[in-house]
Amino acid sequence: MDPAAPRDEALFQYLLRLGDTPLILAQRLGEWVGRGPVLEEDIAQTNVGLDLIGQARLWLAYAGEVEARCAPAGRDEDQLAFLRDGGDFRNLLLVEQPNGSFADTIARQFLFDAWHLLLLRALADSGDARIAGIAAKGAKEAAYHVERSEDWVIRLGDGTDDSHARMQAAIDDLWMYTGEMFTPDAVELGLVEAGIAADVRALAAPWRQRVDAVLAEATLAAPGETYMQRGGKQGVHTEHLGHLLAEMQVLQRAYPGARW
Amino acid sequence: MSEWPLWEIFIRSQHGLAHRHVGSLHAADAAMAIKNARDVYTRRNEGVSIWAVQSADIVASAPGDREALFEPANSKVYRHPTFFPMPDEVKHL
Repeated sequence: MDPAAPRDEALFQYLLRLGDTPLILAQRLGEWVGRGPVLEEDIAQTNVGLDLIGQARLWLAYAGEVEARCAPAGRDEDQLAFLRDGGDFRNLLLVEQPNGSFADTIARQFLFDAWHLLLLRALADSGDARIAGIAAKGAKEAAYHVERSEDWVIRLGDGTDDSHARMQAAIDDLWMYTGEMFTPDAVELGLVEAGIAADVRALAAPWRQRVDAVLAEATLAAPGETYMQRGGKQGVHTEHLGHLLAEMQVLQRAYPGARW
Repeated sequence: MSEWPLWEIFIRSQHGLAHRHVGSLHAADAAMAIKNARDVYTRRNEGVSIWAVQSADIVASAPGDREALFEPANSKVYRHPTFFPMPDEVKHL
């Protein structure tokens, strides 16, 4: 066996994690099309989704190339996105959670964006030049995403009694899905050792600092210690992912290979 | 949300050109107006700078004053510098 094969297998898994998370979140944001609270927000929300799809494509295209080195055949970005089943998806549990109210969507987005920006900035220093390039490009987009979502957290948190209550409930509900973002497994740690992956444990403190500052400005309370859900990175998902995939994949499942 | 004020958006498309009116949008305040303008009007690489002005702050001439304001200028061709050949290199005039 090629001595590089185990490394490639881990890299493939890692790239799926990097690609699936923005892909699934983009699909969720796409569900807002035509339903935004105002026209401007409808467009803005979808713009963020399109940015994330662009990033997902780059990660998954690279994943397919790496797969070709360690498996009988590599799949392209479309095959990976539209023809894998739920158990093969490696996205974070946070991003597959339903849109809920606008406050729920904003809370999910902010908790993710703050982490995503840190992750991409860390990955911009990856020893893998391709990863570093994709991350550096994505970080510019993520910097705007988090500015937008934290702005909304502050507006809604420090808004009316109703918006404050909804924003607080949304943060509380989603908090248990944030622990997974900072918990690496053996796949990740091996690649951290090799200078390829980012050590997500190092992102926890700066993330918490930003989140606490925004919550304070929004007059919201930071949730206390709670049980943290995990499993997304290993393919163990909440019940919501299957429904999301059914809608996202129906066209390619019904008409395999269909193109625009 | 219909009570959000209306804003007029001006985009400078590249260095050296003036800001141009591109349209309007609703936003709760100035910061949101800039963000919304970024998302609504600059996503295809249209601009390098955004101005947002509340529509209520714009003072406009009345359509009924058109004759008094503009028609006297029509009969004075010497006010139009059309008699000078312009070098090709001079743009945006």
